[in-house]
Amino acid sequence: MGHVKIENLTKEYVNRRSVKRQPGDAARPGEIMRVLDNVNLEFQDGEMVCVLGASGCGKSSMLRIIAGFDTPSSGRVLIDGKEVKGPSADHIFVFQHNGLLPWMTVWQNVELGVRHISDEQEKRHMVFEFLDMVELTGFENHYPNQLSGGMQRRAELARALVVNPDMLFMDEPFTGLDYLTQLRIREEVVNIHSYIGKTMIMVTHFIEDAVIMADRIIVMGDRPTKVKAVYEMKFERPRNLETNKELAEIRDDIFLKLGVSYAV
Amino acid sequence: MMRKALKRSFILFPVLSFVVIFLLWDGITRYSDWSHQVFPGPMVVMQSALDLAQDSSLLKHSVASLYRVTVGFYLAVMLGIPLGILLGRMTVAKSLINPLIQFLRPISPLAWIPLAMLWFGIGDQPAIFLIFLASFFPLVVATAVAVESINPMYFQVAANFNFSRIEVITKIVVPAIIPEVVTAIRLTVAIAWLVVVAAEMIAVQSGLGYLIVDARNALRMDNVMVGMITIGLIGLLLDIIMIRVTSVDYLKWAKAKK
Ligand SMILES: Nc1ncnc2c1ncn2[C@@H]1O[C@H](COP(=O)(O)OP(=O)(O)O)[C@@H](O)[C@H]1O
Ligand SMILES: [Mg+2]
Repeated sequence: MGHVKIENLTKEYVNRRSVKRQPGDAARPGEIMRVLDNVNLEFQDGEMVCVLGASGCGKSSMLRIIAGFDTPSSGRVLIDGKEVKGPSADHIFVFQHNGLLPWMTVWQNVELGVRHISDEQEKRHMVFEFLDMVELTGFENHYPNQLSGGMQRRAELARALVVNPDMLFMDEPFTGLDYLTQLRIREEVVNIHSYIGKTMIMVTHFIEDAVIMADRIIVMGDRPTKVKAVYEMKFERPRNLETNKELAEIRDDIFLKLGVSYAV
Repeated sequence: MMRKALKRSFILFPVLSFVVIFLLWDGITRYSDWSHQVFPGPMVVMQSALDLAQDSSLLKHSVASLYRVTVGFYLAVMLGIPLGILLGRMTVAKSLINPLIQFLRPISPLAWIPLAMLWFGIGDQPAIFLIFLASFFPLVVATAVAVESINPMYFQVAANFNFSRIEVITKIVVPAIIPEVVTAIRLTVAIAWLVVVAAEMIAVQSGLGYLIVDARNALRMDNVMVGMITIGLIGLLLDIIMIRVTSVDYLKWAKAKK
């Protein structure tokens, strides 16, 4: 299950920089800097959630806290009513930079999620099924460094999905890919989501991707970061920004909220 | 074309430089007024090398030295790398043991010779102990540094997939540090080879280091030079072997990174 409730979440770091980048920042290294300021959010089970916000506003921090890799300074995160205490194989994280283990082949990486299954036959079958799903059949014995960026991202998706997690966290899964590859992975993620119906929380820089993909869009402000806007996206799929005026209006609205105008 | 030319120069140039040294050496002994006792020429030294090879003492001494290096180095690897992993992984262990290591490390292994002889007597043991010391500290430090520089993301992956402690070591730490540790091993073998000769000059009655001291006492500078040349050749051979070993296929995954 994947119902997420974020209650009064605040995250502070010991500042590392000596330059103030935003009005709310600490001025000197060593001072406490508040990154997330009293964030309250709720995601329903099975939703595709996209988190948007300027670079450095704390999107990754929030995602890491939800995933249990980091702890809140105050407040808490509840998943299905239970407070998150640490990472778990029920919620798999797809990393911003390639998170495949470079010393393992694609096969070995994907197998990590099902390594406890003792039935070899079944295990092989599952790994194959998910490699096939992301169209990586034939690349089992390749090392990550022998794959393109898009293939690495897909291999990581397969590794996450084979676990059959309740939730999938993705930190900028499109960053660093060329435009066509981005579109392919985007399609892949939407297909996977409609197929498995699990909660997915995705941090992204791409506003149009969010408008096309999300059931819920979260727009975050500047540090110390509060939630600026939440959009519930109850639109049919496939969505087309060219033909659907409402979608285009939401897109323009988000651009304005982030301080830029789409039409120049 | 280019590759072939490069490959040829790869063999040609070293040979050329040895030939030049040889001629220079020969010239100096012919035209300087040093006696052959003090500065034997290349021909004399080659003859002495043949003599030493014939009564198999050269082989015996080389084997003795190589044996000590092998044992001492093996012990250093078996103890140093696990300790390095421990130091790299556990902050408590690090703050306990690291100051001690940093303090002992700059003490030359040769400074340990008196104590080594007192503790282990005469024979293989003090020499092996010195080689162990010389290899142990560099290996511990290199391993610990390699472990600390592992991308923390990999440990998050491990946590996400519920790795056990053992799995974190076998599936993350060990494979991640292999490239750095293999390089450290290669450099450390060279250090061990430097030290064995020095140790043998004092603490034992066999080995290439002993051959040199013994020859000096007999005023046989030609045999001293044979010893030096053998040490150089074996050192070169060790390095070539280590380079071969370090470039085998298991590092395939790391290659494209460079
Ligand atoms: N471990 C940390 N220690 C100190 N500061 C951090 C740490 N992690 C993130 N920060 C700071 O918190 C802010 C938000 O970071 P992050 O969550 O990565 O932002 P985003 O993903 O939205 O770009 C940045 O200013 C970053 O420098
Ligand atoms: Mg980020």
